[in-house]
Amino acid sequence: MASKSEVTNMRSKWMSFLVPALAVLVSLLIGAIIILAIGQNPIKAYGVMLKGAFGSRVAWADNITKMTSLLLTGLAVGFGFRAGVFNIGAEGQMAMGGIFAMIIGLNLGNVPPVIAIPLTILAGMLGGAFWASIAGWLKAQTGAHEVITTIMLNWIAYHLTNYLVSGPFTVGIGIPKSPEIAKSAQLPPLLTAQASTVPSGIIIAIAAAIVIYILLEKTTLGYEAKAVGFNPYAAEYGGISISKNIVLTMAISGALAGLAGALEVMCVHHRIFGAFTSDRGFDGITIALIGQNNPIGIIFSAFLISSLRAGSNSMQTVGVPDDIIVIVQGIIIFFVAADRIIKTWIIKASKLGKNKSSQTIKGGEEA
Amino acid sequence: MSEENIQETLKDYAVYMKNITKVFPKVVANDNVNFAVKKGEIHALIGENGAGKTTLMNQLYGLYKPTSGEIYVFDKKVDFKGPSDAIKAGIGMVHQHFMLVDNLTVAENVVLGSEPKKGILFDLKFAKKEVKELSERYGLKVDVDAKIEDIPVGMQQRVEIIKTLYRGADILILDEPTAVLTPQETNELFEILRALKNDGKTIIFISHKLKEVLEISDTITVMRLGKVTGTVKTSETNEKELANMMVGRNVVLSIERPPTTLGKSIVKVENIWVKDNRKLDAVKDLSFEIKEGEILGIAGVAGNGQTELAEALSGLRKIESGSYMFNGKEITNLSVREIRELGISHIPEDRQRRGLIPEFPVYFNLILSQHYKEPFANRGFLNFDEIKKYSHSLVKKFDVRPPDIYNLAGNLSGGNQQKVILAREIGSSPKFIIVSQPTRGLDVGAIEYVHKELINLRLNKGAVLLISMELEEILSLSDRILVMYEGRSMGEFENGELTIEEIGLMMAGKRIEEIKVLEKV
Amino acid sequence: MTWIQAIFTALASPLFYKLTILSALPLVFAGIGGVFSEITGVTNIALEGIMKLGGFVAAVFIFYTGNPWIGLLMGMIGGLVLAFLHAYVSIEWSANQIVSATALILIAQGTVGFLMKPIFGQEGQTDFLTKIPMIKIEPLKKVPFIGEIFGELSAFFYIAIGVIIFSWFLLYKTPLGLRMRAVGENPQAADTLGVNVKGIRYFGVLMSGVLAALGGMYIAIGDIGQFQELMPAGKGFIALAAMILGNWNPVGTMWAALLFGAADAMNIQLQTLMELPSETKALLNLLPFVLTIVVVGGFIGKTRAPAASGVPYEKE
Repeated sequence: MASKSEVTNMRSKWMSFLVPALAVLVSLLIGAIIILAIGQNPIKAYGVMLKGAFGSRVAWADNITKMTSLLLTGLAVGFGFRAGVFNIGAEGQMAMGGIFAMIIGLNLGNVPPVIAIPLTILAGMLGGAFWASIAGWLKAQTGAHEVITTIMLNWIAYHLTNYLVSGPFTVGIGIPKSPEIAKSAQLPPLLTAQASTVPSGIIIAIAAAIVIYILLEKTTLGYEAKAVGFNPYAAEYGGISISKNIVLTMAISGALAGLAGALEVMCVHHRIFGAFTSDRGFDGITIALIGQNNPIGIIFSAFLISSLRAGSNSMQTVGVPDDIIVIVQGIIIFFVAADRIIKTWIIKASKLGKNKSSQTIKGGEEA
Repeated sequence: MSEENIQETLKDYAVYMKNITKVFPKVVANDNVNFAVKKGEIHALIGENGAGKTTLMNQLYGLYKPTSGEIYVFDKKVDFKGPSDAIKAGIGMVHQHFMLVDNLTVAENVVLGSEPKKGILFDLKFAKKEVKELSERYGLKVDVDAKIEDIPVGMQQRVEIIKTLYRGADILILDEPTAVLTPQETNELFEILRALKNDGKTIIFISHKLKEVLEISDTITVMRLGKVTGTVKTSETNEKELANMMVGRNVVLSIERPPTTLGKSIVKVENIWVKDNRKLDAVKDLSFEIKEGEILGIAGVAGNGQTELAEALSGLRKIESGSYMFNGKEITNLSVREIRELGISHIPEDRQRRGLIPEFPVYFNLILSQHYKEPFANRGFLNFDEIKKYSHSLVKKFDVRPPDIYNLAGNLSGGNQQKVILAREIGSSPKFIIVSQPTRGLDVGAIEYVHKELINLRLNKGAVLLISMELEEILSLSDRILVMYEGRSMGEFENGELTIEEIGLMMAGKRIEEIKVLEKV
Repeated sequence: MTWIQAIFTALASPLFYKLTILSALPLVFAGIGGVFSEITGVTNIALEGIMKLGGFVAAVFIFYTGNPWIGLLMGMIGGLVLAFLHAYVSIEWSANQIVSATALILIAQGTVGFLMKPIFGQEGQTDFLTKIPMIKIEPLKKVPFIGEIFGELSAFFYIAIGVIIFSWFLLYKTPLGLRMRAVGENPQAADTLGVNVKGIRYFGVLMSGVLAALGGMYIAIGDIGQFQELMPAGKGFIALAAMILGNWNPVGTMWAALLFGAADAMNIQLQTLMELPSETKALLNLLPFVLTIVVVGGFIGKTRAPAASGVPYEKE
């Protein structure tokens, strides 16, 4: 027997799928109108986008590569949201993860991969965790809002990367870049599709999503994080240390973003260069919000965004700048923030549907 | 008073609310209510929490629109779009929770929304002059230049009254105005109300305290469960009849407190000092002891350091100096978790903000503060079977309705939320419990229940620190009473030793020694 | 030149003070914009996006008309539109204001990126455009030191002075200002007195749009004379820090902006005075961001935010 509250819980679960799904659809529709406005054909543009995301093995490989880091930054932001912090700094934490992984990875030439790979991953996670903890510590100690501090830390990480690749770690000529990490610290590809490879990092990223799910739903650590996120006053009253939790949450969130950076270095570029994080950290916000901050939902929303990103490159070929996807993401977030607009639509639509069906039943009786 | 009567003599009435129904998404707050107030009278509107008094008045003040029904003010049918329409019609309201802007001054608060102007600029000088005039005319003492956050509650209430007068109110609605006042301040307020009445103002006085209503009003309307159960002349009724009309049954006005033998002294607080959020001393040099099986009541007007005291003793707030001993062990400034592990629990005064996580289901709320311990957790993993088993038994034992552990705590009624908190805090059989305002906002049935549980705990040798702004609650439950005023103890005495008037004097800042001297004289 | 020498040389030159004022200008505009929004109870962390869009729209209209004043007007309207979106969902739909503002930052960034090529035919940055003119005051120019600072400044400087005076008067000396401060502190109290809470919040947020757009436009068409996609490079968030440090007061925000401006000016001066390798210059660019973190971490709690800031107001 399902109790009443279980029914409402089910309804709210249905809503938490429907709201982001509708937000995505409406945003793509608005995107189509914008494409029309610059005189291009949206159907053609979206068609090319689909082809760019799924049309070939290379496309799939590119898509999955993007998804790896997006899934992790999405998890980073989503985990933060669940615990009541808005970690807008996944970008900088990812950069620090990459930097730490690079520095460790450079020096592991004589170490077998079984040791080198976990060490490099760990270094990346530590780098991200350290960077995020600064913001967490400031929030816990002084109440400094994490949105401002993490944005500032993003910029600092950005300039720091530029400094490292043009100074202490610079190599070669042309674009300032770091040397390649040792072979033993590079992650072997899962599959190879022509010139492109599917990185094995995706396995690690999906595993991370499952770990975070278990952490949130089945452990005392998750219980405490969620308690602080929902009602810090009650959590404190229940003997949960808020400052400890904020720092811990930021550290876990940062570790996930740092892992994204490490995998980007270990699987894809094998080195770092300026802005190698290419806005993945910001995309994490969209992904977390579409996935409703649920780790499993985030797997799917990361795939959605990686597909949009992978496909948008091809849209350039038909004269539609790939920034259209940034606009679409913005609109998605906008609707998720104002989810009441969409909920109102759903309620209106379901009422309309009910009226109609009751009318048809009436009609049937008369006949 | 039949309806035709009122229609015929409508011009004698300041307010006539006819067949008012107000439906909210989940409840019918007012069900076909008729309410009429004569010009120049003090009309009390009484009823339990949730009876629909405030909802009715919010419609008269234009904050809500009635679902159906008509409102007449001074013989004219009105249809208020918002409070500004009501203000124009001559209505002023003093809300239970003051509607004051903390960081603005008294004068600025009074004129907000109808500011005097000099050209395009705000004329502060003129505003101050106006406020001073009103203040002097009705004996409403205020400091026009002080910021609201720096003045005491009693003065804040006077600011609220001046606000309505400044807008030319002829009808004043006061929602539970005495809740925050000492008995003496209440008397002063009544003097002001009488002065206003003599000046021709009509006053609607919302309350649930029968004694006060009988003292100040001319007419009384009683509400229960959204309906009016009757309107009577004050001179023709009594406390018992009103209580019956309010609750719909004979209420036991006092609870039985069987005698117990006290155990050893278990809680010892010596000379503690605690600061409030603004870093000002809130608890000053306070000392007391509580024995096993004893209820120590802390009486006092809200805002005299009680909140900070409860928070300090439960580990939520730093004790600046002094000592806090439990079972002979120094526990000053231990963490909340360490304090709780000793068998100390806490019913917080703000159940929504502190006591519950509304977004968590009931079973998660029931283990809050024990969630990390065996059997609810094992090596960092939650044991859902044990949590649910424990929750089912508590929900049954404490009669939480609906008896559904999966329900979100935020969906429960106020009374059932408080039951969840009681179940959690008492269900763990504490040795010492700090209880703050345990019955605020509850109806009579729930209040009786809470009182019974506290008495049970006392019989089981628990030590109880009971903090309440309701003097009656303190008097009916406590073995000993300590009165707090501006963070200090005004003295401590056995329940029954002093009269209500004497306790009232202590709540207003007289020390017990001064009162005993008075007694001798 | 040693570091100490370079710092003192900088402090002794009028150029340092001029650069301080110029670097502070966008922060003054956007920071006071933040004050307008937050003092009525709506947080607006989208200043960064509004600045970007404002600068871009101004550049577009100057590109087509050649008239910087038309650009200025249209840029302000651009900021207004973006701020309206934030106001609408925050005020009417109780949206999460931080998330909604994040959305606007992305929308601004996407829109700018999307339109760069179709309009200017190139990505990254535009060609040089007609700037908002400089205002020369000849007699002032002749005064030593002072003249070198104030003798010839962008018209934006005078607009900023106007904005500071205007907003101070509006907030503290007019009935509207009193209502704005009340609405941000206790909207329910204001509502019960018949104050139009929604209307005042719209006004506050829309003003923040106009002012932040001015800040973005100064960077593009007041200072460099070119729009770059990277603009305003975090200045929108530093402006928020200036607002906090300035205790949500327009004059306080100005002083805070000048402090951040001085950090920027010192950075520029040191880079030119000392012959530094390029990577050290990259490291010096960190300064303003580190300073912001220190300020936000050090001063929060010592200043007082409007109590209802960020909290949607709903009756019932």
